[in-house]
Amino acid sequence: MSEITYKVPTMAEMAASNETPEVLFWVGCAGSFDDRYKKVTVAFVKILNSAGVKFAVLGTEESCTGDPARRAGNEFTFQMLAMSNIQVLDMYGVKKIVTACPHCFNTLKNEYPELGGNYQVLHHSEYLQQLIDAGRVRLEGGEVFKGKKITFHDSCYLGRANDVYEAPRHVLEALDADLVEMKRSRTKGLCCGAGGGQMFKEPEPGKKDINVERIEEAIGTGADTIAVACPFCMVMMTDGVKNKEKEQSVKVYDLAELVAQAKGL
Amino acid sequence: MAIIQQILFLVALGVVAWLAFRRVSFIRNTIMLGKDDDRKDQPGRRFGIMMRVAFGQKKMFDRPLIGFLHFAVYAGFILINIEILEIVLDGILGTHRIFASPLGSFYSFLIGFFEFLAFGVLIACVIFLIRRSVWKVERLQPSRHREMNGWPELDGKLILVFEIVLMVAILTMNAADSALQDLGSAHYPKTGDFLISQWIKPIFSGMPESTLIIIERFAWWFHILGIFVFAIYLTYSKHLHIALAFPNTYFARLEPKGEMKNMPEITNEVKIMLGLESQAGDSVVPERFGAKDVTDLTWKNLMDAYSCTECGRCTAACPANITGKKLSPRKIMMDTRDRLEDVGRIMQANKGQFVPDNKSLIGDYILEEEILACTTCNACVQECPVLINPLDIILQLRRHKVMDESQAPGSWNMMFQNLDTNQAPWKFSPGDRFNWVEGLENKSANS
Repeated sequence: MSEITYKVPTMAEMAASNETPEVLFWVGCAGSFDDRYKKVTVAFVKILNSAGVKFAVLGTEESCTGDPARRAGNEFTFQMLAMSNIQVLDMYGVKKIVTACPHCFNTLKNEYPELGGNYQVLHHSEYLQQLIDAGRVRLEGGEVFKGKKITFHDSCYLGRANDVYEAPRHVLEALDADLVEMKRSRTKGLCCGAGGGQMFKEPEPGKKDINVERIEEAIGTGADTIAVACPFCMVMMTDGVKNKEKEQSVKVYDLAELVAQAKGL
Repeated sequence: MAIIQQILFLVALGVVAWLAFRRVSFIRNTIMLGKDDDRKDQPGRRFGIMMRVAFGQKKMFDRPLIGFLHFAVYAGFILINIEILEIVLDGILGTHRIFASPLGSFYSFLIGFFEFLAFGVLIACVIFLIRRSVWKVERLQPSRHREMNGWPELDGKLILVFEIVLMVAILTMNAADSALQDLGSAHYPKTGDFLISQWIKPIFSGMPESTLIIIERFAWWFHILGIFVFAIYLTYSKHLHIALAFPNTYFARLEPKGEMKNMPEITNEVKIMLGLESQAGDSVVPERFGAKDVTDLTWKNLMDAYSCTECGRCTAACPANITGKKLSPRKIMMDTRDRLEDVGRIMQANKGQFVPDNKSLIGDYILEEEILACTTCNACVQECPVLINPLDIILQLRRHKVMDESQAPGSWNMMFQNLDTNQAPWKFSPGDRFNWVEGLENKSANS
């Protein structure tokens, strides 16, 4: 395989050389700091490079979109973060954003406009589907996933919140894998348990953890790979697999990682 | 005799109209206690949603068999109202089956059709009662869902019994009527046998005319008075959904489900803090952030509460509830309605003025533990057949707890602090945000 030199230009560098990217890759806090999700960020950047997409990131100029604060009821912190992000995005004249986090996606897409930030925002599942459809990412001839059973866990902020159900499934179908659905999927998809600020606190008393309830359903499909499209779902599903002591037989991957694997990146 | 019946009927009709007017005014006034929320945009789209979801019951068909049975009751209810019109006219004018002679043979067909619907309602209600009491559908059981204890459980069963009794009355009335026709009794014009009640008629064979008249009159009065009582009853019951489903779906949110409503009063503050706007003299500081009581919610949240028929589809889909947490979206709606009715009663007792009773929606009705368990996954919003949004209420209550009372779980306060100082929910330095790039092998220092 020919050596690819991966580039990750920042908006500041682009601006300095008077260039405009096709799209801004919004990395998000999990994609920047969480060890597991950093691998997803890297996988997605490799795909963008190999597809020849002219993209940029904000680097250290990016801040949390404010989603966890807003869902937890702290509107002040949300709006402070949102306003300063909008200032940065508008300073660079950003028009189009892609992000691997459904929470960032929802906030940037639906909640920034009312605060004055108007961008075309895509989730990476939608963007990957576009790249595949346009022939910029080619997956044919790959044997990596042939005969493998993959189940897709819908993220609430992608699915019910924004009605994106098919894009991630199209990406998985392009892998030539055997896609199996859980009983609760699409509009009926069961939450992983992390949204609405739950990621940042212990669950309230109950008889079971939500991610365990969900992982039992996922494992029940007989899939050896659980595909996710959200950093929080990634944490919850990975913990669920550990809880069931299935780390050897069941793997949790993000869509971008699966595409990168199929392409040998 | 006829004139006495007419007078009694007019009195009953007047009493029912007065009670219904008073109750509907009460409901309307309490809904109007809610805050403004403009839901008048895009009337065409809204009308389409109402036609599909309320009129066409689209979401009920998620479960096809139950959807079909529910549709049978609904269609029966709407169409049998045409017969009620005849009964009311007969009652006022002292006539009997006033539509029979102008409609001719079509009349028999029409009554037959209504009987078919009535039979459908009867069967569906019996099945629903069995589902509640024998099969014990989980989402309807008080043993599993504490909000169903007492009145809500009884209410659910009473409505079904009411409907079954009313349908039996209408069929008995028609059978007795038909038997009287066969005897050639005066005042009972020939219409021919009716589709369903002809099977009940043999019970009445051989009875003298006078007994049959008593049975027919009793069934007639029992049926129409039953309808009157039921009409008032439903305004106090979860059954109010049959009316409110229509406005409630019309005024439903059109934005993507993931979008939370902005708080413009905070936007001004933030703009001033960031130096984007100078201190404006006319900025109004709200009396309260978020919602503590029902009067802090919007009128649509309150209409949602009255529209809830406690079917529990929301709760059955709620990940928190499924895993044994205290949160139940249905309880959020029921508590909101209970609180609103309490507030309304206090106002009624005090000449329209609310006298504080040291209670509030959050704390006395809904517990903090409940709203903290929500993952904002929108499953409850997705499930509701009449487009109620429990999540919107939960989030407004959270805003109050966190911003007004500064009561957030310790780990959330940590998260807020990290966001304020590091612009990330975890304790990482903002300067390290781009370090992930080191994970890229073969990375060239850019350009």
